[in-house]
Amino acid sequence: MSYDVVIVGSGIVGAACAASLSASRLRVLVLDSSGIATGTTAAGMGHIVLMDDSEAQLALTGYSRKLWNTLAQELPADAEYEHCGTIWVAADEDEMNEVRRKQIVYASHGSDAEILDGRALRELEPNLRGGLAGGLLVQDDSVVYQLCATKFLIERAARYGTTIRTGTNVIEISDDGVRLENGEVIAAGVIINAAGVFASELSPELKIVKRKGHLAITERYPNFVRHQLIELGYLKSAHGSDGDSVAFNVQPRITGQILLGSSRQFGVESNQIDFEILKRMTNRAFEYMPDLKTLSTVRVWTGFRPATSDNLPYIGKIPGHENVYAAAGHEGLGITTSLGTAELLTSAILGKKPAIPIEPYLPSRTITEH
Amino acid sequence: MITLTINKISITVDEGTTIAAAILNAGVTAFRKSVTGEPRGAVCGMGICFECRVTIDGIAHQRSCNVIAADGMEVVTDE
Amino acid sequence: MNKVTTDVLIVGGGPAGMSAAVAASGNDDVRITVVDDNPRIGGQIWRAELGKLKSVEALELLALLDQQWITLVNNASVFSNDGSSVLAETPSGRIQIEYKSLILATGARERLLPFPGWTLPNVLGAAGLQALVKGGLDVQDKRIVVAGTGPLLLVAAEYLTSKGARIVAICEQTTNKKLDRFALGLWRSPSKIVQGISLRSKLRGIPYYRNAWVTKADLQSVTIQHFGQTTDIECDMFACGFHLVPNIELAQLLGCEVADGFVSVDDYQQTSISDVYCAGEPTSIGGVEAAVVEGKIAGFAATGQIIEANSLFRARKKTTAFAKALDQAFELRDELKTLAASSTIVCRCEDVQYGKLTDHDDFRMAKLQTRCGMGACQGRICGAAVEFLFGWKDRSVRPPIFPVKMENL
Repeated sequence: MSYDVVIVGSGIVGAACAASLSASRLRVLVLDSSGIATGTTAAGMGHIVLMDDSEAQLALTGYSRKLWNTLAQELPADAEYEHCGTIWVAADEDEMNEVRRKQIVYASHGSDAEILDGRALRELEPNLRGGLAGGLLVQDDSVVYQLCATKFLIERAARYGTTIRTGTNVIEISDDGVRLENGEVIAAGVIINAAGVFASELSPELKIVKRKGHLAITERYPNFVRHQLIELGYLKSAHGSDGDSVAFNVQPRITGQILLGSSRQFGVESNQIDFEILKRMTNRAFEYMPDLKTLSTVRVWTGFRPATSDNLPYIGKIPGHENVYAAAGHEGLGITTSLGTAELLTSAILGKKPAIPIEPYLPSRTITEH
Repeated sequence: MITLTINKISITVDEGTTIAAAILNAGVTAFRKSVTGEPRGAVCGMGICFECRVTIDGIAHQRSCNVIAADGMEVVTDE
Repeated sequence: MNKVTTDVLIVGGGPAGMSAAVAASGNDDVRITVVDDNPRIGGQIWRAELGKLKSVEALELLALLDQQWITLVNNASVFSNDGSSVLAETPSGRIQIEYKSLILATGARERLLPFPGWTLPNVLGAAGLQALVKGGLDVQDKRIVVAGTGPLLLVAAEYLTSKGARIVAICEQTTNKKLDRFALGLWRSPSKIVQGISLRSKLRGIPYYRNAWVTKADLQSVTIQHFGQTTDIECDMFACGFHLVPNIELAQLLGCEVADGFVSVDDYQQTSISDVYCAGEPTSIGGVEAAVVEGKIAGFAATGQIIEANSLFRARKKTTAFAKALDQAFELRDELKTLAASSTIVCRCEDVQYGKLTDHDDFRMAKLQTRCGMGACQGRICGAAVEFLFGWKDRSVRPPIFPVKMENL
């Protein structure tokens, strides 16, 4: 049995690729060493958010968000898609300048965003503390229960004929196919490495490192938070340095639960909860939303983001290979950018013109052929 | 005797009574609404199952079986 | 944050924990701290009534405890650990308790199994209803059916009767043969309580059905299956529990070795982690006598009183045999796996229906896709149910092992 495409990894990125490629009538096999969506996808926040750390990031998140908002009508109820919008919270006048800059950038990208003063911010989010300068309301952002969204994509792929094999460990990827731990060799015309934080193990050309994060979820407190809230200081703290960082980021789940992030740590292999950074993370959140202190927290967990050096994913052919493609390294934006990634990759494989330029995401941007 | 309110109705219970017992003695059986809106009441009686959660003095999700009634407490159920 | 240091920390103030504390206090040089998550010490079997301990055994132990340098901390939920200390949430905030040795006496909870109607507000655990009555619930003249399995059904029925309830029926799911074998073995068992009660409940003329189990419940009645026939029994409340499952979450969090769902211990009740001991139901469901003797051994051993500990090995042997007999006598029948309908809720926190679970191969995938076991009780109720229904044993444990206020994390 041979396949047109073998996808290694059934996280949301692999699942989206499978759905897209099989819809184009390719015979697809998805392999995962564990179960569907059990890696980074399972650990993350399900945000669908426009981000503008770079022009390329803005293009990919914007394109992907559009795809999500179209797909929304087909998503099942358990995917818990909610068009709640994002508010970028500005603590002071400095950050209000950032709000204004962001608003212009988003507008130029065709995405309306509304500038809020301190009072308007409190009206929309009464549990934020007083005295915050304002914020930027991005209406078109959403949240989703990414696990069920991934299941939906996998099931869609399966309906188009995709075969899914979980509990199947791939140990080698070559231009001819993949080799499994049990010695089995599967031939394929195209191989996609969508193995997330494990992608570099199979394709050493990809420079992906683990970036650990912590999340906490509360009991149900309906309406306590109404939008996804992200501090604008996030830009400074989250992406800037190599050191450990925390930022205020809460997300209302459709269930009424509040998902609280975020922390970022490099060079940590242990998945154990680090109470020190967790404390920093919650304290940061209390600075913005003091009443979070008393909310009952049901669970805390950790996960690893697959991070690249320029915070952009690898999408496209891996240099030095004819048939091996990457769809990996999505850092903390994999839920958002999964759909865009899948479409870009499908275009690349089928030789079609992509909806947005693929060049900024090509692995060759940081990899020299050897 | 201890006097507290359950859903704004004043009731009196013996000292040492748990909030869960006080609620049931007051004739209220729905302690909380489940995720899908079902009424739920106390089950395990020992703080394990979390079915008997109510709001006590404004703080939601308190296990009523593990809280002893005190004078002036305000208990709200079925939220 | 309040930080406390102690020589011996005992988590759980039931028979095992109290016995461990008294034994440990035989060493004059040690400071002992007992934390318990309920408002009053005593655990479940000796649970205080309206805040007052009634059990003679419990009062004797309590008197000994009061004479010693022992700190009791009630209403403290241990939710995490940090090196050789645990973190607990109390109504007045979080405390950190550093210990030299730790005795886990975390007891057991009822096994609750899903059947149509089990989430109705008038359906409770059997031990659960008993606990609520001890907390002041009035059951005078209430018609109650007690069902499920295990000696606790009789204990509960006896207690409820003493409080004026009308027990309409007791339904024990196990077979006559198993029960008879168990009863025959009782003369050499240490459990006088079970023996006494089983006789008394018969004397009182309460209908006691064996081979009988619930198939559904509504607000006015329960349906019982008995020798191929179903009978509706009218009642005001339905108390239903299927024996006990151990509370091993803290032991798991600490990394103690667990085998077949119970914490592994050596002769001195020491777990796979040195200076961490475990006594009572988490090591095997053996009832109060086992808890007391294991608690004593752990308390002695943790404080270097080895001769005293050795002297109890023989007594423990008897309770171990009793635990095994309990296990065999009240083994769950396979029919109980068929009670839940597709729409019956299995996970009460997240309202996950039975039919949503049958697609999944293991608990982890079911959790991720359906949120089964991801709610406030953290799978304490549905975990035991899915283990019985589907054989899923994955019980991953992460701090906090109980929900806590965010500021206490």
